[in-house]
Amino acid sequence: MAKGIMYIDGQRVPFDGEKNVLAVIRKAGIDMPTFCYYSELSVYGACRMCVVEDEKGKIDASCSMEPRDGMRIRTNTARLLKHRRMILELMLSSHDRDCTTCEKSGECRLQELALRFGVRHVRFADTRPRYEKDDSSPAVVRDPNKCILCGDCIRVCEEMQGMGILNFAYRGSDLVVCPAFDRKLNETACISCGQCAAACPTGAITIYNEIGRAWRALHDAKKRVVVQIAPAVRVAVGEAFGLPAGVNALDKLVAALKMMGADEVYDTTFGADLTVMEESAEFLERLKKGGPFPMFTSCCPAWVKYVEEEAPQFLKNISSCKSPMEMFAAVLKDRCARQDAEDGRTTYHIAVMPCTAKKMEAQRPEFRHEGVPDVDLVLTTREVINMIKESGIRFSELEGESPDMPFGMGTGAATIFGTTGGVAEAVARRVVEDKSKNTLQAIQFSGLRGSEAIRTVTLPFGDRALRIAVVHGLVNAQKLLQEIREGQAYFDLVEVMTCKTGCVGGAGQPYGLLPVKNRRAEGLYEADRSALIKRSEKNPIVAELLEGELKDRTHELLHVTYSPHPVKE
Amino acid sequence: MEDLAHINEICAQFDCDPANLIAIMQEIQAADKYLSEQALTRVAENLHIGTAKVYSVATFYENFSLEPKGKHVIKVCAGTACHVRRSQPIYDAVHDYLGLAGRKKTSADGLFTLETVACLGACGLAPVMTVDGEVHAKMTPEAALALLEEIRAKEERAV
Repeated sequence: MAKGIMYIDGQRVPFDGEKNVLAVIRKAGIDMPTFCYYSELSVYGACRMCVVEDEKGKIDASCSMEPRDGMRIRTNTARLLKHRRMILELMLSSHDRDCTTCEKSGECRLQELALRFGVRHVRFADTRPRYEKDDSSPAVVRDPNKCILCGDCIRVCEEMQGMGILNFAYRGSDLVVCPAFDRKLNETACISCGQCAAACPTGAITIYNEIGRAWRALHDAKKRVVVQIAPAVRVAVGEAFGLPAGVNALDKLVAALKMMGADEVYDTTFGADLTVMEESAEFLERLKKGGPFPMFTSCCPAWVKYVEEEAPQFLKNISSCKSPMEMFAAVLKDRCARQDAEDGRTTYHIAVMPCTAKKMEAQRPEFRHEGVPDVDLVLTTREVINMIKESGIRFSELEGESPDMPFGMGTGAATIFGTTGGVAEAVARRVVEDKSKNTLQAIQFSGLRGSEAIRTVTLPFGDRALRIAVVHGLVNAQKLLQEIREGQAYFDLVEVMTCKTGCVGGAGQPYGLLPVKNRRAEGLYEADRSALIKRSEKNPIVAELLEGELKDRTHELLHVTYSPHPVKE
Repeated sequence: MEDLAHINEICAQFDCDPANLIAIMQEIQAADKYLSEQALTRVAENLHIGTAKVYSVATFYENFSLEPKGKHVIKVCAGTACHVRRSQPIYDAVHDYLGLAGRKKTSADGLFTLETVACLGACGLAPVMTVDGEVHAKMTPEAALALLEEIRAKEERAV
């Protein structure tokens, strides 16, 4: 990697291994605007916002320039500023500018940069045809009228998730981003991970907003609104209210939800502990029976949908455990059925999730009882943030409140479900025979934690060893599947999270880049460190339930069979 | 479901290499006269790339047709010489006569497909149009429509 000194706006800036001039400029403390650049994706160089001028007056995009020793560039000459304003004006001219009522308003990069560059007037008429909005997916809404053709969604879908659902079609002034054959998203193999929406700088791809349904339930006296909160939500929700990423704001969120009218607020970690118990039991059973291996985790609904549609030969490898959200909901609805009969109210269950695919999971027929879904509504972290803002609650000043009992208690093992490697670590804690503190630490430092795309670990287990793999980012899971298929790799247990960094990086979370997601993960590990109980089998409520009302009913309430259903023709 | 064996063969001929996507689609179009959804989907599977990517390339190039072509292919020259000798009104007249709209290039009865061609090298005869490869010189909108009427009448008599 190149090393040397550059001169940016006369300022001496050393560089060492930066991939492009843009990265060096940003390191020098200049907030260079971009639409189409993500450091995790390939360089596309389409938006031209990051243009710089060299000594000879040559203008080029800094994202596509390699840093050279002695290079002298300027980032803010009159010509460059004029170019950027013109680019913005042209983008706005073919953009549906109903900003005030746009789903993305306030978080739109086009809006932000138009403001920053003082674009107050658009001289050109919009000559593009009107495109139909696609709200066929349970999670993702596409509005091509707001698309600026930066291609971020295409590269996320292809390079990060290996799905390639979206791409450009046609060309020139007809260019549009859409699925193959202009299909609607629900007619494709889209897994609802929502990462396209997380990357979209405008309102062209957004997450299906269900705030209205939530308010209607909360304001309905005949409904008992019961909420569960996923692990990854607590370390991200505060970001919208001035708290740093990674700060555990679970107690404040519980208090806010109560103020908004929720009757009972619980913690999904309780469901995660149930998952650890069931998944570990299943894993031990498979070890006894000799397979099928590897056993894949089943917490991530986007991953499950991928296997169903694209790799059905591995369906038998997926754990039969429901996801923590669905386990929680099944147990809750089972218990509430009695309560509902007594007081005449209907239990309405809302799950607050970092994930958009959970909206899809909640609608699956497998998770309905007599037509009613176990989870009535999934709200993303961002939707809940909007509701808190709408309520006028000063979140950062709130006095915290603990989740309700009995389902408000989860262990440290359950809390780390929200980040990549957490599920595998929780299961490892449960299945290892030696439960000493040293073993816990050995597991912690075994390599299950970390940020590498595919991590493999061997843990001692009786007279054999457990081969465990952890993978995040669906494209990496696809690579691993291929290796397993070809017999190049063997594992006993594989944890798969579709989103990079796991649930903390889910598309329902506040917009943030990799460092923010990593801080959220650290926040979860911190919560685990300070948790009184670290192993799921020590959760007294879970143990009591499994011995009591769930005895002989675990199969009915906590497990599920998925069947292959290839993409609709 | 149409028979896709020849699609597999064509892909195999080009080593199922995504770099040969355009050549593969040209071969398929030569065989089938157009690129069907099933054919493109199979190409994507064989080449291990997204269907959206294949669709993207197929829609980028004017020469790829995603709908079956009509029995008779009309090409109106849009080259410089033909353009200045007013070939556009000829195109418009045929377009309206065939009842085409949007991206549709083939008439509803499947009889005609209307395309443009960049230059036929017959600039001295401008404006020109071809019907099934036969060049018609010094056209006017009226002459073009008369020609189409004639073909249509012939087709009707054949039925």
